[in-house]
Amino acid sequence: MNNKKENVLEINDLSVSTSGSKILKGLNLSIRKGETHAIMGPNGSGKSTLAKTIAGHTDYEINNGTIKFLGNDLVSIPIEERSNLGLFLGFQYPIEIPGLSNTAFLKAAINAQRKYNDLKDIPANEFLLELKSKADQLGLDQSFLSRGVNEGFSGGEKKRNEILQMLMLNPKLSILDETDSGLDIDSMKIVADGVNSTRNEETSTIVITHYERLLNYLEPDYVHVINDGRIIKTGDSTLANELEEKGYEWLTKKK
Amino acid sequence: MEKQKNKEINEFLQKGYEYGFETDIESETLPPGINEDVIKIISAKKEEPEFLLNWRLKAFAHWKTLKSPEWSQLNIDPIDYQSISYFSKPKQDDGPKSLDEVDPKLLETYEKLGIPLHERAKLAGVAVDAVFDSVSVVTTFKDKLAEAGVIFCSFSEAVQDHPELIKKYLGKVVPYRDNYFAALNAAVFSDGTFVYIPKGVRCPMELSTYFRINEAKTGQFERTLIVADEDSYVSYLVGCTAPMRDENQLHAAVVELIALNDAEIKYSTVQNWYPGDEKGKGGIYNFVTKRGDCRGENSKISWTQIETGSAITWKYPSCILRGDNSSGEFHSIALTNNLQQADTGTKMIHLGKNTKSKIISKGISAKSSQNTYRGLVSMSKGASQSRNYTQCDSLLIGNKSGAHTFPSINVNNTSSTLEHEATTSKISDDQLFYCQQRGIDEEDAIGLIVSGFCKEVLNELPMEFAVEARALLQVNLEGAIG
Repeated sequence: MNNKKENVLEINDLSVSTSGSKILKGLNLSIRKGETHAIMGPNGSGKSTLAKTIAGHTDYEINNGTIKFLGNDLVSIPIEERSNLGLFLGFQYPIEIPGLSNTAFLKAAINAQRKYNDLKDIPANEFLLELKSKADQLGLDQSFLSRGVNEGFSGGEKKRNEILQMLMLNPKLSILDETDSGLDIDSMKIVADGVNSTRNEETSTIVITHYERLLNYLEPDYVHVINDGRIIKTGDSTLANELEEKGYEWLTKKK
Repeated sequence: MEKQKNKEINEFLQKGYEYGFETDIESETLPPGINEDVIKIISAKKEEPEFLLNWRLKAFAHWKTLKSPEWSQLNIDPIDYQSISYFSKPKQDDGPKSLDEVDPKLLETYEKLGIPLHERAKLAGVAVDAVFDSVSVVTTFKDKLAEAGVIFCSFSEAVQDHPELIKKYLGKVVPYRDNYFAALNAAVFSDGTFVYIPKGVRCPMELSTYFRINEAKTGQFERTLIVADEDSYVSYLVGCTAPMRDENQLHAAVVELIALNDAEIKYSTVQNWYPGDEKGKGGIYNFVTKRGDCRGENSKISWTQIETGSAITWKYPSCILRGDNSSGEFHSIALTNNLQQADTGTKMIHLGKNTKSKIISKGISAKSSQNTYRGLVSMSKGASQSRNYTQCDSLLIGNKSGAHTFPSINVNNTSSTLEHEATTSKISDDQLFYCQQRGIDEEDAIGLIVSGFCKEVLNELPMEFAVEARALLQVNLEGAIG
């Protein structure tokens, strides 16, 4: 990898607790422009906590450490502003908003971002054309766009909808929290292709997953293993294969 | 004949003055207070026929025997009926002279609601006639309606020009004996609207367009009567999304709808009167009696209401499904914030065979407000094979607001079908987080979630109004959290 590239995300000695219990305990992580990182680890190791803390969820309290995103100290920045700066979180369990159409929701999100960047609202035509082409890319039917946000969607549809939002919002850093869980092989391929289509020199991705399968499609630059709130091992994509074979125990026990 | 009677009334009234009633009949405003003389003066000023004066007097006599009802889920400060002036003509020159004199905050709200520029001055009460060329627009509308044979005029005009229709239909759906406020309205109503759609006519335009421009100001005791003759259709939208300047605290309107065989009436209201300040001071009391009579076979009446304003909203737009195969619908959004109270819902009275009704009620309560749905579905013995579907959803914002539901169901036959679904939900932190993670700030997120919650009702509104109504919900929810 090119070491001269600037950091998109820089996490230093991060400790986080929720409802009184400590989840992250001095975690360090740096991600540069254009890189894809995978984060793996046993259940309860702190993967989702990390994702939600970066996004600014108020249930998670930062006890120590710093998170810098494109040079901004994230801790003091409101959730929506983090998003508008180019941070995207693909939810493990996407939330339903009954009655609010997917299209209306996405348009509001895009216009919020444009407003933040002093741009006028997106022209309706331009928006709809782009939405249609992105939906096609993900194999989503048109009727999907007029349904309520995640309302009555199957697990796979919800995950594809997250990727649709990601494609429309053009984030600089995407954190995909177990986007592959609950997907059949075909859907996983579509999702992976969607993610791959956004990869370039300027965008970075964090993929949180339990399975190497998605990583086979995505070929991450780095694979990290989290255990008990810290990164205990970092390697290249072959580490994922090794984990698939041996499980986590050989790493966690050693510690 | 009619003139002669008026003369007599006038003479009688002149005589009255000798006995100490000190009002100049030419004056534009009566002093506060209510008594028989006041009612006679109102009637005389409007040169009303005798039957109408008598009807008013009977209503007043009946009102005096009544007590203000107390069964609702509302806290109402006592109303001093003797401190209200029951007749006042709107003065042309006590408002602001131009938009420059209007409270900038109000203008900001118009901006947010997307009210067209040329309507803002009128809504803000700027006292300039025809500041924009709406007069010619109105004339065009009037011509178009007249061509179709539609009668659409003020109640006072209808009394002069079509007394036979008024006599035939007035008080037939909401008699003055109906309730306390209906009796008061019948005694002192100032003006209102009359609509008559002749047989076989489909009203060539939404009557809302006209209203937006011409009738921004409503009276305190308004009276509306809409008659759709056989096989006719009309869609009527009254009210306005913009907050209106109004000094009257009590609004007790009456609306009567009558649909004959195969006729259809769609009646939509957007109500956004002053709700009072954050401590609940100074808001409007909106106590309205609205009822539709599906008198003919296959007739249909549909109510849609968006209630966001007023300190207290107390109303139950209802349908009497008298004709066989007739149908009634009620679609409602009631939003309360701060200390607002709403007790609203509908009554569907099934009398005819194979009648249908549908109720969709969406209540949203924020801050310390209280929101009540109260409804009745009644299936009489003769209403065989009738159906009702009721969906009653409440959305709570924060943890100090209240949502209450009082549905009543009476069924007196064995062949009818009723369905009742009710939900209560809260805007969840997860929903807000999801929206915020997509760059949408909290206030906009609440607006979006609420508009999703209200979708089925918003869909009932004419397109351009649905857009405004969405904005209206959002503006009225500002500061709802925190």
